[in-house]
Amino acid sequence: MANEAFEWSLLTLTWVGIVGFAVFMYVLMDGFDLGIGILFPFAPSHEDRDVMMHSIAPVWDFNETWLILGAAGLFAAFPIAYAVMLPAMYLPVLLMLIALVFRGVAFEFRFKANRSRHLWDRAFFLGSLLATFAQGVMLGSFIQGTEVQGRAFVGGTFDWLTPFSLFCGLALVGGYSLLGATWLIWRTVGILQDWCFRIARRLLLAVLAAVIVVSLWTPFLNEAIAARWFTLPNLFYFAPVPLVTAGIAIALWRALGNGREALPFVLSMAMFGLSYLGLAISVWPMLIPPSISIWQAASPPESQVFLLVGMAFLIPSILVYTAFCYWVFRGKVTGDVGYHH
Amino acid sequence: MELDPLILSRIQFAFVVSFHILFPSFTVGLACWIAMLEGLWLGTGKAIYRSLSEFWTKIFAISFGMGVVSGIVMSYQFGTNWSRWSDIVGNVLGPLIQYEVVTAFFLEAAFLGILLFGRDRVPRPIHFMSAVLVALGTVLSSFWILSANSWMHTPAGFDFRDGRFFPVDWWQIVFNPSFPYRLSHMLTAMFLTTSFVVAGISAWYLLRVRYIEHARIGLAMALGMITVLAPLQLFLGDLHGLNTLEHQPAKIAAMEGHWEGGARAPLILFAIPDDEAEMNHYELAIPGLSSLILTHELEGKVPGLKQFPKDERPSPRIIFWTFRIMVGIGLLMVLVAVLHLFLRIRGRLYHTDWFHKMLVGCMPLGFIAILCGWFTTEIGRQPWVVYGMVRTSEGVTPSLTVGAALTSLIAFVVVYTLIYGAGTYYLIRLLQIGPKPASDDLAGDAVGEALRPKRPMSLPDEKIEPAE
Ligand code: HDD
Ligand code: HEM
Ligand code: HEM
Repeated sequence: MANEAFEWSLLTLTWVGIVGFAVFMYVLMDGFDLGIGILFPFAPSHEDRDVMMHSIAPVWDFNETWLILGAAGLFAAFPIAYAVMLPAMYLPVLLMLIALVFRGVAFEFRFKANRSRHLWDRAFFLGSLLATFAQGVMLGSFIQGTEVQGRAFVGGTFDWLTPFSLFCGLALVGGYSLLGATWLIWRTVGILQDWCFRIARRLLLAVLAAVIVVSLWTPFLNEAIAARWFTLPNLFYFAPVPLVTAGIAIALWRALGNGREALPFVLSMAMFGLSYLGLAISVWPMLIPPSISIWQAASPPESQVFLLVGMAFLIPSILVYTAFCYWVFRGKVTGDVGYHH
Repeated sequence: MELDPLILSRIQFAFVVSFHILFPSFTVGLACWIAMLEGLWLGTGKAIYRSLSEFWTKIFAISFGMGVVSGIVMSYQFGTNWSRWSDIVGNVLGPLIQYEVVTAFFLEAAFLGILLFGRDRVPRPIHFMSAVLVALGTVLSSFWILSANSWMHTPAGFDFRDGRFFPVDWWQIVFNPSFPYRLSHMLTAMFLTTSFVVAGISAWYLLRVRYIEHARIGLAMALGMITVLAPLQLFLGDLHGLNTLEHQPAKIAAMEGHWEGGARAPLILFAIPDDEAEMNHYELAIPGLSSLILTHELEGKVPGLKQFPKDERPSPRIIFWTFRIMVGIGLLMVLVAVLHLFLRIRGRLYHTDWFHKMLVGCMPLGFIAILCGWFTTEIGRQPWVVYGMVRTSEGVTPSLTVGAALTSLIAFVVVYTLIYGAGTYYLIRLLQIGPKPASDDLAGDAVGEALRPKRPMSLPDEKIEPAE
């Protein structure tokens, strides 16, 4: 019996890993392409906008698929989390979905349109902006906590709406823009790239400020989180997280100054990774703070094992063919001559 | 009808899923058709196949894009509006949906990029392989989602405790009793739908004497498919109906409009079913035929609605008619197949204007039949969401307010109308513009590529709208 319980915990941890990985992949991959949508109207010229769009056209659909994996993973491995969190965030989820609809079709329609092109440009920008903002708000309201009774959400329609969640929405807009700008530095040349170098530094400052504010604000929301970080010996264990983040920020600042092309994108992804880790430390082992833990939410072993058998083979193959597809479209993108090989 | 979150959620679900299904209905078949054209181009090297494939790939790109975004909405609906349902069935259906994502969606999405943008960047066989993998992805996606849906109609392989389902036997869950019928019927429906669109467009070009070569190939291939699949669909539909009779007799009674049931039951051709009075008005029927179809003997007993308690049976009002429309369309499709054979034998296939006009008119038939089929299936399942186990009313989100549900419903209706209106406009423009001529420059990549501006984006990056 003890053994079975142990195996089940191991399984559940594996699933936490898989769902966590899916969400993180989503944040990175759709993060940079949503970020490009946010920067879109500010680009120096029309041609630059085409380049920005071309740089993600072959991969955006793929990037967004991680979002579905995150949702389906929750539904499969932690059904109760899916059943509680989505009703709690009904309106932000609605906003995100509608924004994604506009943004998704803009890819197809914009290239076809002539007269109505500016409309799809706007749909692409607003869709990206609002989807990002809604995701940030959802993140904020997740940290804040959700009112649960039994197996259902019992709060109100507007529980998610607080200064903290709105601030998280803004912070994520900054964060995705930084990812987008550093991606463009890597994939483009000339005026557009110069412009990205400039704004990336400004965005970095804004993101750092936001990260600091969120980190200081979070412990005030919830005593458990405060205790997690500010008691001994935890303080020592977890101190490296903010320290390393600071180190990466400095490295990123310098990489931008030195005109490095690929490094800034890698470093901004690393910054996201650390923030994600910080978040995990804050809420662990809660899946729906403050009341439902991963252990209570996990689906039974029969479901988990059935899925894991397939996942063990499928996730690696997905990663392999993703790498292949990105590799096919490697290299710099420019306006008039297509991709350089 | 009072506005409560339940009815609003049902309307919203029916609305978004009906929109969504229109796109798979077309893209699953189209993906396979494109893979076939790419294979022919790879095998024969004839430029015409490449030109056809490029043309239909543009249509595919737009439809697929709309299919994807409406699909993402679907996967969140479950949690937002049907959260109790998600919790109750999550252990069983969650894994099936998850498998759909990892086997199908990633495959489609990853290789779609290469299919659309990669022609000049990868060797020809890899491009062909991408087309095949996209097609495979769409079929796998249908497999999993239909398995999940069929399980709700004919649940199997589970244990029900503490108000929730627990999986016991995955084989029984995935291959539940109605799944083989639903999968084969639906896949055939999707191939028929695509074939009718391809045939209609080709016929339209023939009527206008444009792109004759493209049109003839398209027409011949699509009609070939129809001739095989339309009769097959009739047969599969019959099997599906017999399976439903076994597992969901109340649904069959409602589809047939039978209140009393029993032996020598008539096939009702026309009626206005009345739930209050428990009878049909203006009935027009052929004696004995329903028993004959459903049990294959005249004395066979068929179910009647009155045999089921009032709160455990579906209303026949809508599905009596949707079912008849679907079957009527199915018979019309068989007629097209017969006419095709007749004209082909006479050698008049490419020269018979009335037949081409008829094909143009038939373009929407597949879509209509698919919607009618789903309405029959789903409304016929009511009042259950998991047949015989969980009522639809038990699945809805308890915290959902009328305000929130109404907001989302209105938002979806407005947004979908805008987006899909625009999408339809672009599709029609693309069809009007037609395929590019199959010049032999295109045939040899190396030569063709040197001559053309190097724009791998050239495929989607084409203005199809008149400038100001
Ligand atoms: C019989 C086929 C079929 C049925 C019944 C459904 N779908 Fe679907 N779906 C597809 C066949 C399909 C597809 C062929 O795979 C699509 C259509 C166009 C496309 O882009 O992929 C797709 C796309 C699609 C996507 C986007 C995938 C991507 O990014 O590539 C999602 C999230 C869903 N669907 C989810 C659903 C849900 C939750 C459904 C149930 C209510 C549903 N679909 C019914
Ligand atoms: C794709 C084609 C489909 C169409 C057109 C369709 C249509 C419908 C319609 C019209 C209803 C409303 C019935 C009523 O309330 O009177 C319904 C209900 C429902 N369907 Fe489907 N359906 C489809 C596929 C699916 C699939 C694949 C699933 C799940 C895997 C599903 C899950 C449900 C659920 C949970 C309900 C209950 C909620 C409700 O009554 O609205 N459906 N569907
Ligand atoms: C030709 C005669 C046809 C017959 C006898 C027939 C029979 C049936 C039956 C009995 C059902 C209900 C299954 C249930 O009870 O759940 C059904 C569903 C359905 N039909 Fe048909 N059908 C026919 C033609 C067609 C055609 C031509 C199409 C589309 C092109 C089509 C598309 C569908 C779809 C999408 C469904 C719902 C999904 C499913 O349950 O498979 N049918 N059909």
